[in-house]
Amino acid sequence: MVEFLSFRDGEATQEPSVTVEAFTGQTNSTAVRIEAGEDARELLPHLDRLSLVEVNFPAYGDGRGYSAARILRESGYQGELRAVGDVLVDQIVAMRRCGFDSFHPAKPLDDDAVDRALNRYADVYQKAIDGRTPVWAKRHPETTNG
Amino acid sequence: MYRYDSYDQSIVDARVEEFRDQVQRRLTGALTEDQFKPLRLMNGLYLQLHAYMLRVAIPYGTLSGKQMRKLGEIAAKYDKGYGHFTTRQNLQYNWIKLADAPDILAELATVEMHAIQTSGNCIRNISSDQYAGVSADEVADPRPWAELLRQWSSFHPEFTYLPRKFKICVIAGDDDRAAMKLHDIGLKLVERDGKIGAEVYAGGGMGRTPMVAPLINDFMPEDEIISYLEACLRVYNRYGRRDNKYKARIKILVHEIGVEEYKRQVEEEFAHMRTLGLNPPVEELDRIRAFFAPPAYDTGLSEDIDRADPAFALWVDRQVAAHKVPGYAIVNISLKPLTGIPGDASAEQIELVATLAEQYSLDELRVTHAQNLVLPHVKKADLYAIWQKLEEAGLAEANLDLITDIIACPGLDYCALANARSIPLAQKIAQRFAAAERQAELGELKVKISGCINACGHHHAGHIGILGVDRRGVENFQLSLGGSGAEDTSLGQITGPGFSEDGVVDAIEKVTDLYLAERESGERFLDTYRRLGMKPFKEAIYG
Repeated sequence: MVEFLSFRDGEATQEPSVTVEAFTGQTNSTAVRIEAGEDARELLPHLDRLSLVEVNFPAYGDGRGYSAARILRESGYQGELRAVGDVLVDQIVAMRRCGFDSFHPAKPLDDDAVDRALNRYADVYQKAIDGRTPVWAKRHPETTNG
Repeated sequence: MYRYDSYDQSIVDARVEEFRDQVQRRLTGALTEDQFKPLRLMNGLYLQLHAYMLRVAIPYGTLSGKQMRKLGEIAAKYDKGYGHFTTRQNLQYNWIKLADAPDILAELATVEMHAIQTSGNCIRNISSDQYAGVSADEVADPRPWAELLRQWSSFHPEFTYLPRKFKICVIAGDDDRAAMKLHDIGLKLVERDGKIGAEVYAGGGMGRTPMVAPLINDFMPEDEIISYLEACLRVYNRYGRRDNKYKARIKILVHEIGVEEYKRQVEEEFAHMRTLGLNPPVEELDRIRAFFAPPAYDTGLSEDIDRADPAFALWVDRQVAAHKVPGYAIVNISLKPLTGIPGDASAEQIELVATLAEQYSLDELRVTHAQNLVLPHVKKADLYAIWQKLEEAGLAEANLDLITDIIACPGLDYCALANARSIPLAQKIAQRFAAAERQAELGELKVKISGCINACGHHHAGHIGILGVDRRGVENFQLSLGGSGAEDTSLGQITGPGFSEDGVVDAIEKVTDLYLAERESGERFLDTYRRLGMKPFKEAIYG
């Protein structure tokens, strides 16, 4: 079973994360935790000093964290983006596509199930954050530069 | 018709294997029902009162003969021999065994079909006009857009755990046969300066708080529609309510913050989204469009229809609509026999319609949101032969848009959510008004029945709508009047206290009697109601 999963090079950030409110009110913290319903855009002025953003999923069906992740990546955030909370194996692929690169689920994941999930779909229909080439670009390499 | 390429096929095949794996984990006990539920729901598998129900997507309601035949085979092999066509242009099997579900999906994949996102809080099957491509009033065929959206919405990484389900509809003409403004997002294709784009409507829906969608953008060009929809969905995903599932649809968000504020937020997000390269190139929509090019119609065909057989003539007048190509017609096949279940078809009937589509309709057929079928490309010269075959199979009811062409949800006979039985009531109404002359006299009259507040039977949009509720353990039916899901979209108003099953049939008779007495020349029931208002109808019922 896997308790922590990372797709980043090097060590995971160990610094404990603080709330968005605490983070925006002080200058020395480099790790923050976004709760569902909090506005990821509040972090945008501070991206250069962040090394870890944790996004909490209070329930697997609460999808706000997917938007939070994409907003951070679309705005240029390069640090660790970690999904925590009620994260299920069948959600890892979509989360990867939205820019998450580490996972700390409340319940450990089955290694084999994670491998199968990550390798299941050879193709994707949308352009997202993970750099995968969408099907439409493969169909029209001459107009989309692959 | 659209055909899968190797990419589409590999994605659908991968989904079948993924689901097989998930079902296997459930059957061995590795997954509990609680853990399995979100997975099966993403794939259209519901646990109903008596068995599993599997909902198969019929994208924008278009099917080939081969696909239809496969639906019939599955009905015979894995169900009790029936399929049920739904108000979302899909098909449901009500008697499925969990262990069979992966094999069914595998069979569907062989004919380029799937059950992806037919349930769950995600973007559902894209619906459209059943006359797409054959109606003279459309500015373009809406289905290429719908297919573009099908692909974009399939396994969308950001929008798979929305606050609630999300339904999108695309039409392309002034006549609305798809209840476009009662969708979470409705697109109406329009032409401007020689270019096709979409009017975008957002925040419509039925359920317990029905709303007609307001216009939020009057022209979104084809090369920006995806980034615009991403903006619409992102605002909803972030700010739609998640504290109460009955207030979680986008209509509540649009209503609570106001359409102007929703528009402002969408525009702000769109300004950002359009810089991200999310839109497929126009060549992709062109590629899809080529699949929907007009088929090879014959020319020089006769316009004559031999009306010697009176029963056939009656059917032609009711079920056959004008096609844009000379010599051709659109055939509507009623799935509303007077004693049947609205939208149900037997495996044999499905097989027959598949054959008719292949032989007489350029291998194409459609499903309508009113739970009927359409053969879109029929030579007028073939109408009689088709009618004879439909007649033999019990499919030649001539009641399109008449009082017995009732939309009804599965209701308490099948559905775990229902408060009341919809099907027996539909049958009682159909029997009360069974006489063909009486139906014809009443003219267009859309009756829609939902067995609970979730409104799957579209009762808010019925000229006459019926909602089944539970009143201290007894089934009770509320009557509403004046709804419409057409281009003159409106929501029905409740008449007053509810009725028993027989009582509601009596009440319908009273309001239709009043209509016949009060109507002015050319008025439909709906027009008379709109002119007179609720008061006289209420007096007729309760007075």
